[in-house]
Amino acid sequence: MSMALLLLLSAGMLYPDFAIAPEIILSLLVWINAWHFNVVLAQLDWRSTRLVMPFLFGVTLLVLWEGMVRGFEVSPVILPPPSAIAAKIADSLPILWIDFVTTFLQGALSGFFIGCAAAFVVAILIDRSPFLRAGLLPVGNFVAALPIVGIAPIMVMWFGFGWQSKAAVVVIMVFFPVLVNMVAGLAATDRMQRDLMATYSASYWQTLLKLRLPAAMPFLFNGLKIASTLALIGAIVAEFFGSPTRGMGFRISTEVGQLGLDMVWAEIAVAALAGSLFYGAIALIERGVTFWHPSQRT
Amino acid sequence: MKTVTPVLTVLGIIFVVWYAATIWLNAQWVYDQAERAGTTVSFAEMVPQTMDQERPLLPPPHQVAGELWDGVAGQAVTSKRSLVYHGFKTLQATLLGFGMGIVLGVGLAVAIVYSRTMEKSVMPWAIISQTIPIVALAPMIIVLSDKAGIDGKMIPKAIIAAYLSFFPVLVGMIKGLRSPDAMQLDLLSTYNASGAQNFWKLRLPASMPYFFASLKVAIAAALVGAIVGELPSGATEGLGARMLVGSQFGRPLDMWAALFGAAILAGALILIVGALERFAKRQMGGAA
Repeated sequence: MSMALLLLLSAGMLYPDFAIAPEIILSLLVWINAWHFNVVLAQLDWRSTRLVMPFLFGVTLLVLWEGMVRGFEVSPVILPPPSAIAAKIADSLPILWIDFVTTFLQGALSGFFIGCAAAFVVAILIDRSPFLRAGLLPVGNFVAALPIVGIAPIMVMWFGFGWQSKAAVVVIMVFFPVLVNMVAGLAATDRMQRDLMATYSASYWQTLLKLRLPAAMPFLFNGLKIASTLALIGAIVAEFFGSPTRGMGFRISTEVGQLGLDMVWAEIAVAALAGSLFYGAIALIERGVTFWHPSQRT
Repeated sequence: MKTVTPVLTVLGIIFVVWYAATIWLNAQWVYDQAERAGTTVSFAEMVPQTMDQERPLLPPPHQVAGELWDGVAGQAVTSKRSLVYHGFKTLQATLLGFGMGIVLGVGLAVAIVYSRTMEKSVMPWAIISQTIPIVALAPMIIVLSDKAGIDGKMIPKAIIAAYLSFFPVLVGMIKGLRSPDAMQLDLLSTYNASGAQNFWKLRLPASMPYFFASLKVAIAAALVGAIVGELPSGATEGLGARMLVGSQFGRPLDMWAALFGAAILAGALILIVGALERFAKRQMGGAA
């Protein structure tokens, strides 16, 4: 495969009329060789290959993108190459930072914390009443499956164009997944464990703090992970319905209108990075908190 | 019966709180109106006036229900004011994206289960793809498909729906295809079963419970994707467009009706998938 491409490449140099742009062939070469390298790495299966392989895969994707865009001479109005996007990111760091603060720190993160804290407390409260639990769980499960993003225009109407409306959307979006998971988590201890606490004559709060909350943590983090991706979606969607003249959603929708696609991709890159880091941070905390859980042991 | 009473109680509480909030939020408008007219209103006079405002901050449930009923049954199905029409447009994109998501999710899952290289290099990116807020990509997808000469607003919406719905299917199918235990795999190798037989007769049937469980998540995600896809595209059709227009022209009742229309659609889709699951289970000889 690699040899065939090499032949094509040299043929292209000898007979320019026949040539497929060398960038395309080169990027395909990189792709195929990296893939072979990954196949080898997969057989080795060292600890470090786990990080190297997806990284290599990502890099080859970028190379392929760059090569295709250059080789086929795609207009930057349709799809800018990664190098142009990187240059744009380096150019407009201050704007990106302002958008990041507005959308992520103010909108998504504050909403995430309020929503998750509220869900946590409510879960513990309704857990005391089996009646409430039986009533709220089906309702919560149903609401968690609804397209709650639709509440965004209403929140913008209530709280105005500022970050408060974005945070409000995020609060409502993250509340139900976390609530449902936390209630399920609080029910996760088995009879034997609770009986043991009873034989220790532990009070409700002691049982809660020492047994049931730790046991609920894997469930809670499951909910938090779902909520972390929802939080960014909620904050950006709310900006489509009205925002101050900053923010990722605002920037994306205005730049698309002006065909400033390199800026759009720069925002997407920031959003992707923020989303992944946020998720990664929660996964790291989870590993620290639920180190005892089978899924965390390797 | 055991769950019906508590659920009804909770729903009842929600209604009471909703009505109370309606009065509380809409009261200001009534008082302002009265002040402008130079009259005063008592509390008893104020309450009914909060219930049927044209632009309420929070419409009471019966007003939303009335608007919803008007949108669904009060209009010709083909009218631009009909919620059925808009719901159908959203449903089309949802189902198309859902189908694409299933194909992509199952295909990737099979590749990942059978290839270590795929698992090691693609799986982390599948996870990362879900931490990327799709709504940031949505306008991009719309522009790209427009430039690529794909006509109509359906395809980009469906792509966004597919992007959101493939992941639950992928995760569920990986789990499902790996669910047969060593004993079952051993049995098939004592039968001298080929790889394909192994797949069609053991792995695929074994993955069905996981498949349907993830379908329920995926269909809800696909609907969210279709609605989100309507927002930045300036679409004029669909429930999301309805919300956008309602927000831009200050018609809160339109937004509420579209929101509840979307909620009902989501509920119906999940119920349908549940029914399909029971049907498939019966066909495969399981206890329904």
